[in-house]
Order: sequence, then C-alpha cells, then structure tokens
Amino acid sequence: MPMQAGSMEEQFPLIQRLNEDGELVGELGIVDEQGLVDVYRSMVMLRRFDERAWNLQRQGVIGTYAPFKGQEAAQLGAAYGLGARDWLVPTYRDWAACWARGVPLEHGLFFAKGHPRMGAVPEEARVFPAQVVIAAQTLHGVGLAWSLKLRREAAAALVTFGDGAASQGDTHEAMNFGSVFGVPLIFFCENNHWAISVPLERQMRSETVAQRALAYGMEGFRVDGNDYVAVVNLVHDLAERARRGEGPFLVEAVTYRLGAHTTADDPTKYRASDEEQRWEQRDPIRRLERFLLGRGLLDDAGIAEAEEAALQEVEATLERFRQALEEDPAVLFDHVYAELTPQLAAQRDRFVARAKEVEH
Amino acid sequence: MAKLTMAQALNQALGQALEADERVIVLGEDVGRDGGVFRITDGLIDRFGAERVIDTPLAESGIVGTSVGLAMGGMRPVAEIQFFGFIYETMDQIASQAARVRFRSMGRFSAPLVIRTPYGGGVKAPEIHSDSLEALFVHTPGIKVVTPSNPYDAKGLLLAAIDDPDPVLFLEPMRLYRAFRDEVPEEPYRVPLGVANVVRAGRDITLIGWGASMPVVLQAADELVARHDVVPEVVDLRTLSPLDESTIIQSVQRTQRAVVVHEAVRSAGLGAEVAALIQERALLYLEAPVGRVSGYDTPYPMTMFEDLWLPDATQVVSAALAALRF
Repeated sequence: MPMQAGSMEEQFPLIQRLNEDGELVGELGIVDEQGLVDVYRSMVMLRRFDERAWNLQRQGVIGTYAPFKGQEAAQLGAAYGLGARDWLVPTYRDWAACWARGVPLEHGLFFAKGHPRMGAVPEEARVFPAQVVIAAQTLHGVGLAWSLKLRREAAAALVTFGDGAASQGDTHEAMNFGSVFGVPLIFFCENNHWAISVPLERQMRSETVAQRALAYGMEGFRVDGNDYVAVVNLVHDLAERARRGEGPFLVEAVTYRLGAHTTADDPTKYRASDEEQRWEQRDPIRRLERFLLGRGLLDDAGIAEAEEAALQEVEATLERFRQALEEDPAVLFDHVYAELTPQLAAQRDRFVARAKEVEH
Repeated sequence: MAKLTMAQALNQALGQALEADERVIVLGEDVGRDGGVFRITDGLIDRFGAERVIDTPLAESGIVGTSVGLAMGGMRPVAEIQFFGFIYETMDQIASQAARVRFRSMGRFSAPLVIRTPYGGGVKAPEIHSDSLEALFVHTPGIKVVTPSNPYDAKGLLLAAIDDPDPVLFLEPMRLYRAFRDEVPEEPYRVPLGVANVVRAGRDITLIGWGASMPVVLQAADELVARHDVVPEVVDLRTLSPLDESTIIQSVQRTQRAVVVHEAVRSAGLGAEVAALIQERALLYLEAPVGRVSGYDTPYPMTMFEDLWLPDATQVVSAALAALRF
C-alpha cells in the first residue's frame, strides 16, 4: 500500500516555540527570560570553544575533532531538560550537552588528544563517557535506565545518537529492549541530516526518525532542534513522565551539522553550499539572539560582553587542558583491570623503562 | 556432600548469587520459564521472580549491551548467550564496550558483568553451535576468560566471576554439563580466578588443557601411566585470561616437556600463546618442542565428522610420546 504523502510528518508535527526569526510562537514554559540570557551566553561560549578546537587540530595540538556547531540548542535543551538525578549517555559530538551536565569542556579536547583522562568523568557528574562506536551507547542507555528502575531510583536517563546511528542494529535492539522493559529513558536523536557524506534521504526511506517509535510501541516526538525553548520543555516533560514509569520515549531533534563531520572531513565534496546557507538562517544562536534583542534583554553591549566572557572561558579551558598534558604514560596499564595482572605488571615495567630510554 | 553434575552446580551457584546480592540479575534468551536451553537457570524464575530472572528479546548485542549499561549503573548482570557461536553478534559490545569501560574512564566506571555461554563440540548440535572461540577474547584486554572442566570448579569459578569487579566471559563446556558428577559442597565457595589447577602431579611431561578438553587430557594421562610407564603432570588452566603463567612455567621446568591440548582451531589458538610463553621463559629446560593437539583450521564441522575432527586421547598420547622420544 503506498504511503500517503506527508502522513508521518503530520502525525509527528515539528514542535516549535521559538521560530527562525526569533519570534515566540509558543509558551516559554519552564524557562524564564533571564535564564535564556544565560543560555545564550553559554551557546556563544560553546560555539567559540568548538571553533577553537577546530583550530587546535589544524595547529597539531590535538587529533581528530568532531565539531557540534549548529547543534547547541538541541544539546543544551536535552541537558537542561533533565533533572539533577538524571543521567546523560552521550556520543563524541555532544560536548555541549556534557558540559551542561558537569563535564569540563577540556574533556572534548582530551578526547581528540587521546588523553587517558578523556572518559574520566567527574564523580558528581551523572554522565557516561562519550561513545565512539555508532549506536553502541543506545544499549548502554537502556541498561542504565533499567538499573534505575530495578533499584527504584526516581531518575531517568537520556541517550543521544545521530541520524546515521538510527540505521544501526544496536539502535533498533535498544528501542525494542527499552520498550519491552519499560525503562525510564529518552532516546534523543540529534538528526543533523548528514552521516559524514550520506544525507538523511539515503539513510532511510521513512519520512521521520520519530515515526520509528510506532514500531516499538512507544511515543515519538519531532522537535525543532535549533529551538532551545522547545527542546528543553519537551525533554523536561518527558523526563518527568519517564520518572513516573511512562517511558521510554523517542525524540527526533531536527537540526543541522553546520560544520564538517570531523577535522578530517571536507563537506564541500558532497553537499551544496546553498543548503548550508539555508541552515545558517536557522542557526540556534542567531535565533535566540533575535528573541532577546527584541525583548530588550540583550543589546550590543551585552553581545560584546558575552563574546568577551566566552573568550575568557575558552582560554581557561585551554589552560586546564595544557596542564593536564603532564600525564604519566604508565597509567595506560592501571585501569585495564581493577587489579594489575602479573602480565600487565611486567609489561608496565618494560613500558616505563622504555619511556625513560626515549626521554634520554 | 551431594554429588552434582556441572549443570546442577552452575544452577546452584546462580541461585546462591541471586540470594546473596540483590544487584545480581540473570538475563538472556529462554532463561526464565524455560530455565535455559540447557536448563542451567532452571527454577530460578520461581525463586527470584521475572524481574531478576529475565527472558529477553532475541538479540545478542541487546543482551550484552544492556548488561553493560546495567553494570555501569550498579547492577551485577549475569547474561547468557545461548551458544558461543552466536557471540559474533555481540562482538562490539564485548570487545569494544564491556572490556574497555574501566580503561577509557580511568576507573570512573566499570562493567562487572558475567557472560555465560555454552561452547565446544561433541553433542551433535547444528552448525555454529559448537565453536571454541576463546582465543578471540584472550586477545582482548580488559575482559577475563574462565572455563571450568568439572562440577566443583564450575560452581566456585562462577561465584568468583560474579564477585569479580571486571567483565568475565564464562565458557561452559556443553558436553560436560551432564557427563559426570562431583562432590560439590552445598555452601557457597570460590575458586579464585587467575589460578591454574595442577590436577595431577607428575614428572615426565606436562599436559596442559582447559574446559572441554580436560577429560581427553585425563584419559590420555591414564593411558600414559598404564601402558607407557610415563607419569605426566596435568595442568587445567581454568582461567584463560589472565593466564597463570607461573604454574605453567614451574611445571615445565620440572618435567622439561609439554603438550597443549585444545579443541579450538589450531592457528593462533591459545596453544600457540602457551608454547610461545614456554620457549620465552623455559627454553633451556626443554628437551623437546612444545607439542600441540588441536582442532584443524577448518570451520567447525557439523555432526557427521565432528568425532573425527575433535582431538582425542590417542592423539594426546602420541604427541606426548613424540616429545619423550624427541
């Protein structure tokens, strides 16, 4: 039976509260105007960090880095929509979300540096180490949320993944398991339209990612991922419902990867610049800025001040990153198992001796 | 003391682990009402309920991947993969995920889960149901690999594996599930991981095996004593990763000869690692090359030819005599 055109897009309408022109088309909900100024300032800082990380790779300071430019609203909305006891299970492109949940931003640089501390999330942050293997974390999100349920903890989890990951078997197994066991989890798809060079329409024949929720017997939602107000309100509501035992849920945050896949990628090879320009008009930061300017909550001086504060914060992050480079290479051996095995103890000694040789 | 089969000993261990620690859960395909296709989890759902003895959807990556998240979230999942040959379905979740959680978080997180799976041939099972793939996981840092060869060790090793702070792959030789009975104490006890067992002390040659191969090795040892006046020392590795190197080396230094026996295919099998280890650490003690008795470098054959394919005691005796006459 041929599918009716537009039927799924109608069934999963795009939820929006702040439109592309920065006009409020819904309610502010859980956010207040002053809070939005703070979010704006955070987004500016995160954008500057992201740009700086790109340059650090070009300078040879770090290795391959995956920029999140354009996805700030989706990530901050997801992160701030969660409650204090809730968990985030992120990917390698979620440094904005991680930062908002208490992971210092230099961990993004650690990750690109291959620093052993990359996944050493601070004890107080309820965040898993960023995942590299596409979709592997979706199952971890289910398991984690399941553990919260089994331990009767009033908390939920949110696992992020991309539109490319929506094709992986693990994602489908995760949605099925999550649904069968009724876990308090939000599957949060950052649909940025590109999986390296493969566009969304070649990734799947379904009109939306959200509609896949139907197949797994859960509720699905499609939200404007460049609209912070819409995302944070949706995640807040769903987290609360998940904690009440109504999960899991699937959220498709429709956004766009404004940058390259990684520093090793050149998108001019596979996508048209007019598409990029179109999405730059929908930039989440520009949108929030327009809203705040229109409300008189921000002016030119405020913008300049946000930029200045952003630069200072990025510099401070870089300073913490540089200080962390004094790492003992022998730590490589210390966390393979809880206790050093006899083999690893012997190999560690040889490695340390070799490190000394190389030094001299 | 009760005489139990390995299947009964494992069932008892699981029941005691579930009883002692509410973080322990058992999950897998058909492990609930059915009690597992080999009945290892028989009756557990009645004692502990469907929330802790869980029939999962049929998806191996889903079973192990959710177990990783459960373990990182503070639970102690004991997952069952119905047959070892299906492990490839969840290779990423074991090798790239479970085994690396501690390492990539510098100890902030760990994944203390146990993956139990029946393995090995000789039970006339269908294709892909009889493979011995232990070498893949011995080659994977961050996970421990354990395999019992008798009911006593099965219970003690499984309880130790569930206690262990790191992920453990627990390989159960399916043809030994009900092959014989052992005295198994009722109360919980642990057989420590990482410690090989010198099953028989000897002087002329060291025979090294594990899991499903041990009855073959022991039969060969009997024959060597009875018919060839050779007194072999027999070592059951029990834990394949991390290997108990010192037990192997000390034994070979005494006997000066060694034969390694495994059911897995020959090339790059664990036997190669053991042989390399012996020549590295005991070369000048050796009177003969280290012998290997193993499967062949073919896919595991199906039922028709499996008896011919599997190592038997005659081959082990021949390899031992060749080493002695070298």
